[in-house]
Amino acid sequence: MEGYLFLMHVYVFVLAIYVGFELITKVPPTLHTPLMSGSNAISGITIVGAILSAGMEQFTISTILGIIAVAFAMINVIGGFVVTDRMLKMFKKK
Amino acid sequence: MKIAIEITYLVSSILFIMGIKNLSSPKTARKGNLYAAIGMFLAIAVTLLDQQVMTYEWIIIGALIGSIVGWLLAIKTPMTGMPQMVGMLNGFGGGASLLVALSEYYKKNPNYPVDFGLPFNLPVHEGAAIILSLLIGGVTFTGSMIAFGKLQGIVTGKVVKYPLQHPFNALLLLFVVVAGVFVVLNPSLMSLVLIITLVSLVLGVLLVLPIGGADMPVAISLLNSYSGLAGSMTGFILGNNELIIAGALVGASGIILTNIMCKAMNRSLMNVVLGGWATAGSSGPAAASTTSPKGDVKSIDSEELAMLLDSVSSVVIVPGYGMAVGQAQHAVRDLANILEKKGIKVRFAIHPVAGRMPGHMNVLLAEAQVPYDKLLSMEDINDDFANTDVVIVIGANDVVNPAARHDQSSPIYGMPILNVDYAKTVIINKRSMNVGYAGIDNELFYYPNALMYFGDSKDAISKLVTEIKNL
Repeated sequence: MEGYLFLMHVYVFVLAIYVGFELITKVPPTLHTPLMSGSNAISGITIVGAILSAGMEQFTISTILGIIAVAFAMINVIGGFVVTDRMLKMFKKK
Repeated sequence: MKIAIEITYLVSSILFIMGIKNLSSPKTARKGNLYAAIGMFLAIAVTLLDQQVMTYEWIIIGALIGSIVGWLLAIKTPMTGMPQMVGMLNGFGGGASLLVALSEYYKKNPNYPVDFGLPFNLPVHEGAAIILSLLIGGVTFTGSMIAFGKLQGIVTGKVVKYPLQHPFNALLLLFVVVAGVFVVLNPSLMSLVLIITLVSLVLGVLLVLPIGGADMPVAISLLNSYSGLAGSMTGFILGNNELIIAGALVGASGIILTNIMCKAMNRSLMNVVLGGWATAGSSGPAAASTTSPKGDVKSIDSEELAMLLDSVSSVVIVPGYGMAVGQAQHAVRDLANILEKKGIKVRFAIHPVAGRMPGHMNVLLAEAQVPYDKLLSMEDINDDFANTDVVIVIGANDVVNPAARHDQSSPIYGMPILNVDYAKTVIINKRSMNVGYAGIDNELFYYPNALMYFGDSKDAISKLVTEIKNL
């Protein structure tokens, strides 16, 4: 069962890579910098794992690592989305 | 409850995908970023409801610190500093993955914290995902910090070489792989896990240190990809599909950008990662500098240039890293505006590797309120140079060197360039005759249709604008 679940995750991973390739080849070069900062924000999704560690009942070394991870991931999330929006606001057609 | 949480993760993943899809046009891009942000909000909110989460105070403290730092970075960083900002964000993404992987490793040990030395079982794929997360996350974290330092000017932007560089790095990587196998087979080897973490962090420093300043677009794109892949690996540890999907999207994005950057420099990824143009061909910077100048360089002053521009009908501006360094984007916009008022057709030609990250020039010009439809990519503008009266090159060098087309002995031979030399007149604004990043003389400067307009980009362009006004 464990192995089967793992295979399902590999499945999802491979398909997501393909979706990523399809989507990102359509992003014009003019938006490559916002694409990078925006995808940085998305990679802040690690915060899900960080919350699960930082919010454990018992305070252990895992909690400490989790708290720092929450802070790191949150820098990505807030910093990434805010700076991307700041950039995208500036892109105007004549 | 569990089903509700899973469904929310699914919705959140779809929002990420829709967010990136909307980045396919500047018109919808802002909406796309908002979609992704809503997706992230949903994912965070629903995770807080997970039954594993028992206490909130530490989460709130961590989130508060991160939010404040992220917010400050996002609103304080000037547009010229975007490469550094993105470099740093890559690092925090990798760092977060590393920390979560390490935390999960401790959590998965049933004897922790009492008898953590006792053997315990860990499914092979979980062990492998932990090791990969530590490796990729660690390399991304320290590698990005070095990249940040190089872009900020704290760490040297030069190509750094040290003895036995490549064998040593290969050895470190091999060590992580072998040690990783040991840990997978016997998960209780806690000290080995810590050593793997440490070696991965060292490897990040050693891998990025040799990469030179102008190769940073490749390095940053690659680290961007790693930060995503590290997130995916964390997803494998947790068995969470959303992390796997989001990480894969970011990983794919970074790989595509890396590929575009490498193609635009006509170099293999290996060549960039191993460091410097010098390894590209037989003629390194030292050999190239002996090439004697071919004829005389003609220069022009602002008054003459203003007069020259008074009688033309089309102008193409080619910005490079020099424009970013000189913060000249606003002066450049003024120049474009005043020329347009005279009825001259003005466009911008952007080389893919101009600047220090993909799209760097576009963001700077957008900041200066240059409409994005005036910015043309290399493929779109290259055939038009022959019909252009004047090209103004501002702080770009190697990307306009015609040697790339015909001189097989040149280290940049084969690199796609902007064919500015086909225009009737080429004006090159530079501070001095110094060589560009590739360390080679630019034969364009000696062409009969080339004129050098010396000076700091901001001062020189502002002066030119004043002269045009005074005509």
